[in-house]
Amino acid sequence: MIREITLGQYYPVDSVLHRLDPRTKLFGTMVFIVSLFLADGLAAYGVATLFLVLVIRLSRVPFSFMVRGLKAILFLLLISVSFNLFLTPGTEIFRLGFLKLTWEGLRLAGFMALRLIYLVIGSSVMTLTTTPNELTDGLEKSMGFMNRVGVPVHEISMMMSIALRFIPILVEETDKIMKAQMARGADFESGNLIQKAKSMVPLLVPLFISAFRRATDLAMAMEARCYHGGAGRTKMKPLRYARRDYIGYLVYLVYLAAVIVI
Amino acid sequence: MSIRAEHINYLYGEGTAFEQYALKDVSFEIGDGQFVGLIGHTGSGKSTLIQHLNGLLRASSGKIYYNGEDIYQDGYDMKGLRSRVGLVFQYPEHQLFEVDVFSDVCFGPGNQGLCREEIEERAREALCLVGLEERFWTQSPFELSGGQKRRVAIAGVLAMRPEVLILDEPTAGLDPRGRDEILDEISALHKEKQMTIVLVSHSMEDIARYADRILVMSHGEKLFDAPPKEVFRHYRELERIGLAAPQITYVVQKLREEGIPLQEDITTVEEAKAAILKLLGKAGSEA
Amino acid sequence: MGIIKASRLIYDYIRRDEDDHVEEVNRAIDGLELDIKAGDFVAILGHNGSGKSTFAKQVNGILLPTEGTVWISGMKTTDENHIWDIRKTAGMVFQNPDNQIIGNIVEEDVGFGPENLGVPTDEIWRRVDESLEAVGMTAYRMKSPNKLSGGQKQRVAIAGVMAMKPQCIILDEPTAMLDPNGRQEVIRTIHELNKKEGITVLLITHYMEEVIWADRVIVMDDGHLVMDGTPREIFSRVEELKGYRLDVPQVTELAFELKREGVELPDGILTIEELIKYLLPVLQSAGARA
Repeated sequence: MIREITLGQYYPVDSVLHRLDPRTKLFGTMVFIVSLFLADGLAAYGVATLFLVLVIRLSRVPFSFMVRGLKAILFLLLISVSFNLFLTPGTEIFRLGFLKLTWEGLRLAGFMALRLIYLVIGSSVMTLTTTPNELTDGLEKSMGFMNRVGVPVHEISMMMSIALRFIPILVEETDKIMKAQMARGADFESGNLIQKAKSMVPLLVPLFISAFRRATDLAMAMEARCYHGGAGRTKMKPLRYARRDYIGYLVYLVYLAAVIVI
Repeated sequence: MSIRAEHINYLYGEGTAFEQYALKDVSFEIGDGQFVGLIGHTGSGKSTLIQHLNGLLRASSGKIYYNGEDIYQDGYDMKGLRSRVGLVFQYPEHQLFEVDVFSDVCFGPGNQGLCREEIEERAREALCLVGLEERFWTQSPFELSGGQKRRVAIAGVLAMRPEVLILDEPTAGLDPRGRDEILDEISALHKEKQMTIVLVSHSMEDIARYADRILVMSHGEKLFDAPPKEVFRHYRELERIGLAAPQITYVVQKLREEGIPLQEDITTVEEAKAAILKLLGKAGSEA
Repeated sequence: MGIIKASRLIYDYIRRDEDDHVEEVNRAIDGLELDIKAGDFVAILGHNGSGKSTFAKQVNGILLPTEGTVWISGMKTTDENHIWDIRKTAGMVFQNPDNQIIGNIVEEDVGFGPENLGVPTDEIWRRVDESLEAVGMTAYRMKSPNKLSGGQKQRVAIAGVMAMKPQCIILDEPTAMLDPNGRQEVIRTIHELNKKEGITVLLITHYMEEVIWADRVIVMDDGHLVMDGTPREIFSRVEELKGYRLDVPQVTELAFELKREGVELPDGILTIEELIKYLLPVLQSAGARA
C-alpha cells in the first residue's frame, strides 16, 4: 500500500521546468498557492488556469501523473465541497430537510474545489520535476537565513535527504519481517483493534531495532568519511541561478499582478 | 508428505507496464524426506519460489498441492500449512522480538492455539534440536552472538514442528565454523527426524555435501532438477548463468582431460581423496 | 615504520549500568603488535568475535585505544588535531552496503567525502569521475543506490572512499552479505586498486578463497595475532587454522589430505592449477607403473 503513493515522485524527463533551479520552483509554487487564495472571481481563476496549463505543458510530464495526487485528497474534497454547498446562507435554490442549496453555496463550493485541485496539481508539478535531492538542497539554501536565528538548516536538510534514502529500504524491510512472522503463524489481518495492535509488536520491535542498527552504522560510515556538520563543507552541485530562473521570477511577478488586478 | 508444484507462474506488477515474470512455468515434486538444494543467481526467482511453498505468495497461475491437497482451494487451512512447511528467511535473527530467547521460540507454537504446556514443551524441544545450551534460554536474544541468534530464529520455526523445513541461505555472514555447525544441525534434522529439507545456498560445496537433489533456477525458470553429481556435470552451463560447480569438480575435470581415469561425478573432497588414493594404489585411511 | 603500525594495542569494550558503574569489561584486542608496509595487500582472518573488526575501527580512528598506540602514516590516532587527516588517509568500507551509502544518487554519494573535506567543486567532479572509473561504475553514476546489486553498492562505497584520495583502504567484511558474483566483483576491484593505484589494502574477511592472492595474511584469535605470513605459509598449516575456527579452500584441503596419506605434494597449495601441476605427474607415473 505504501508503495502506491505517487504524489511527489520525480518524473525523469528533460524540460525547461526540470532544469530550473529548485529555489525558483519552490518560490513559484508558493506564489501560485498565494494566488489561489487571492483570486476572487472567474476571471482571476481563468488566469490561474492559464498559468497552470502553461506550466504543465512546459513540464512535459503526462497529465495523468498530475491528477494522481488528487486521489489522496478526494475525501477531503468531497467533505469541504458538501459543507460549502449546503451550509452557506443565501438565495435558496431548493431545500431538503435542514439542508438547503444556495447560489452562494454553489459558487463557494465551486471555487473551493478548484482551489484544492489546483493546489495539489500545482505542488505535484514541482515534485514531479524536481528530484528530492534538489528539493532539500533548495530548501537548505533558501532557508539559509534561518541559520542566524539558530535553526540548524544544514542538519535538517541532511536528515531529510537521509530519510528519503532509507524510506524504500525500510518499506522493504517491513515487508520481509511481516512475512517472516507470518511464516511463524502471526496474523496481521483478523481480530479486533486491540488484538491487531498487539499483533504489531512482533513487527515493530524488529523494525525499530533494525532502524537503530542502520542509524548507528550510517553515523559511523559518515564519520569515517570525515562528515563533521555543515561548517567548512563544499558542494558538488552548488545551486546557481541561470537566466531562465530570472525569467521565471519575472513570469511569477506578472502572473501575481494579473491575478490581483483582475 | 509431498509438495507438488504444477506450472507455477508468478508475475510482478500484473496489469501494469512493468509486468515481469518472477517465475515462469515451474513444476516439480518434492517427496517425503528429501534433502533438496535450491540454487540460482540473485534474482533467479528462488526466494520467490520458496515463498509459494508455504502460501506466503500466491501464484498468478498454476497449482500447488501439499499432501495431494490443492492449497488454493476454498477454505484451505493456510495457517496450518505455514506450520507444516516451516520457512526460515535469510538473516532470520532480524525477526527476533521477545524479551528472552525462550519466549521468542514460543511465539510460533503460541500462534497454533496450543495449551501452555504443549507450547513450552515444543519450545524446549526446538532449542535442544538447534543445540542451544539451557543457560542462554532466559537471556535476551539481542545479547547472543550472531550464530546463536540465528539458531534461536531457526528454533522459532522448528517449534511449530514442521514436516518440511525451508532455509534461505542459513549460513550467510557466519564464520567457517559457524557455517559448518548450522549445516550439521540441519543435516541431523534430516537424518534423525526424517524432516524434508529445502536448502537455498550460494555455496556449491555445501550443496554437494548435503543435498541429494538439486533444483537450479535461472531467470524464473527451472533449468535443472537432478542429483548433485548429475547437475555439476553441466558446470559449463552453470557458469553461463552465473553459477559454478564445487572446486573439486574442476580439479577432477582437468585431471580427466589429461587422461587420468577418474569418475566424472566426484564432487567432494572425501570422494576425490578416496579416488586418487585408489589410483595410486594406496588404500587410504577411509577408503 | 609502515603506513599502519600498532604497538601494545589493547581495546576493552566496557559496559556500564545506569549509575555508570562498570558492569562488564570485554577485551577485544589484547596486546597487538603490527606493522603494515605501504602498498601491501594484507588480509586479516579470524572467526566472529576474534577482534578483527575492532582493529579495523582503530585504524580509522572510529575507536581509540584503551592502551597502546596506533599510528597511521606516522600520526597517532589519539591526536585530535589529525583525526580528519587520519580518516582521509585510511578510508573505510563496511559490511552492510545499504548502511554506508548516504547519497540518493550514485555520483552524489561518491562526492560526499570530498564535500566534507572542503574540496572545491571542480575538483570534486574530477575526483568523482576518476573514482567511478576506477571501480567500473561510471555507467551507473545517475542511478539510485537502491536499484543496484550488492556488489555494485560495495563498489560505489569503495569509490566514495577513493574520492578522498586515501593511501590505504580498510574493508571490514565487505563481501559477507554478497552472492558469489558480487564477491568476485568486489575482490577484483580492490586488487586492481592495489596494483594500479598502489593503495594499501587491509581486507578483513572469512572467505578463504579471497585471501589467496594477498601479499600477507594475518590470523587473529581472541584479540591476539596468532599467525602471520604469506598465503602459502598460512594455508600449509591446515590443522592450526581449523583450530581457530577457520577453514581452507577445497583444493588446499584435498592436497593436505593427500599429502597426509603419503602423496608427494608441496605445502600450501592454493589454486586448482597448482594442484594439477603437482598432482598430474604423480598420477601419470603411477599410471605408467600400473
